[in-house]
Amino acid sequence: MKPAPFEYIRPHSLAEACELLANDEDARAIAGGQTLVPMLAMRLARPAKLVDIMRLPELAGIRPEAGALVVGATTRQAVAEQDPLIRAQVPMLARVLPWVGHPPTRNRGTIGGSIANADPSAEIPLVAVTLGAEIMLATVDGPSSMPADDFFIGPMLTTMNPGECVSAVKFPVWAHKRIGVGFFEISARKSDFAFAAAVAQVALDDDGRCLEIVLGVGGVGDRALRLDVSSLVGTKLDASAVAEAVNAVSGDMEASTDLHASAAYRRRVAITLSKRAIEQARTDASARALKGAA
Amino acid sequence: MKVELRINGASRIADVEPRKTLLDALRENFLLNGAHAGCEHGVCGACTVLLDGEPVRSCLMFAAQADGYEITTIEGLAPAPGELSVIQDAFCETHGLQCGYCTPGMILSAHALLQQTHTPSREDIVEAISGNICRCTGYGQIVEAVQFAANRLQKSNMPHPHPHHVRHGHPGEHDAPVEGILEAAEADAPTESAK
Repeated sequence: MKPAPFEYIRPHSLAEACELLANDEDARAIAGGQTLVPMLAMRLARPAKLVDIMRLPELAGIRPEAGALVVGATTRQAVAEQDPLIRAQVPMLARVLPWVGHPPTRNRGTIGGSIANADPSAEIPLVAVTLGAEIMLATVDGPSSMPADDFFIGPMLTTMNPGECVSAVKFPVWAHKRIGVGFFEISARKSDFAFAAAVAQVALDDDGRCLEIVLGVGGVGDRALRLDVSSLVGTKLDASAVAEAVNAVSGDMEASTDLHASAAYRRRVAITLSKRAIEQARTDASARALKGAA
Repeated sequence: MKVELRINGASRIADVEPRKTLLDALRENFLLNGAHAGCEHGVCGACTVLLDGEPVRSCLMFAAQADGYEITTIEGLAPAPGELSVIQDAFCETHGLQCGYCTPGMILSAHALLQQTHTPSREDIVEAISGNICRCTGYGQIVEAVQFAANRLQKSNMPHPHPHHVRHGHPGEHDAPVEGILEAAEADAPTESAK
């Protein structure tokens, strides 16, 4: 359980970091290291160079933009969990963070690190895909970005090239007044890897009719999936309509089998959790409005 | 490479390989053996230390990454040599330890929690120690010990943290004074100078 030798470099700018990563195919970026260090300890990863990006000022901070909240890559999960801007503007992210690892790993683990790691059962990539977030990248040629849905291509696989690193995640902020979030996951123990997870966000009008809805499932296939349940817009999200919409898209759920759960189990659980997540999101949105009125 | 770390209130310097984890540096270079090496890949929590008051796994970071933080190990909690902090004492009184392997990590996780609130719910305590595995499975008494320590801190004659919400790792009040902890750490170290 000791890592193989490597060279440790702490660059002073993002440009320098990209340069270092681009010029050496055996170089890896490290931030919180909560996944990378175990990989090094088990020697499943043996980079020649570790480029520490944790303290780069360009990657820090949470800033609002038009219709979006940009969360810097090195924002620690424990900080994001308590951040008032994230709670108010991207409630889905705040909702799932307590399920990401444990308090000590959230104190070091970062938002960008979880995105770059692309674990199919991880909650932060699930939120990014479900909300349609934009993954901001730093490259030797300057900044670029791509939709989360194109960024994740498989288990621990992204479209990132050597020399690139995640600089921030741009989460869309919904303008509607009555927004609610629902989230459920099934794992062996709380905060362990999810066998299946579902997250939903809904916006309701004053009559309780659905204005906008997104649904995503994680842990089911080899990456997080966004499911199109826009047929529910205009309905009051009653149980039968939700069941019908979820069942209709369940065919799109690619599921995988491993030691812990079969594909059939994962799909079945994901369908049930999806219905519950929408129901919880609807209740949450209704409750928020009532609170505001009172 | 040379690293300069702030450990239990003192500046310590060591020459380490970049691949040396903070855990191994604490144990081998600084002879602070209270941080235990369990799984060494981030699962068990036996190696927990506080970084600026927040519990982290010292096996999941390199000593080279740990400069600039105030690092607190279990050796840094007691107010003076031969004494125990309120939480350490509570673990003894309620039999919150059996083999003791997980205990330093449990106590540091509990310490971080009780810096945020002296009135934690059972759920708060369970969440705070959720990253620490006890293979004696003495969780019942560990939870009891933290509750007991919280009660004592509530009744103690010192400023209380604001219990609006539990927040891990927000530097607040200590249950032991910062001054003096160096002596406790040094009492455990046979040699003054680090390797």
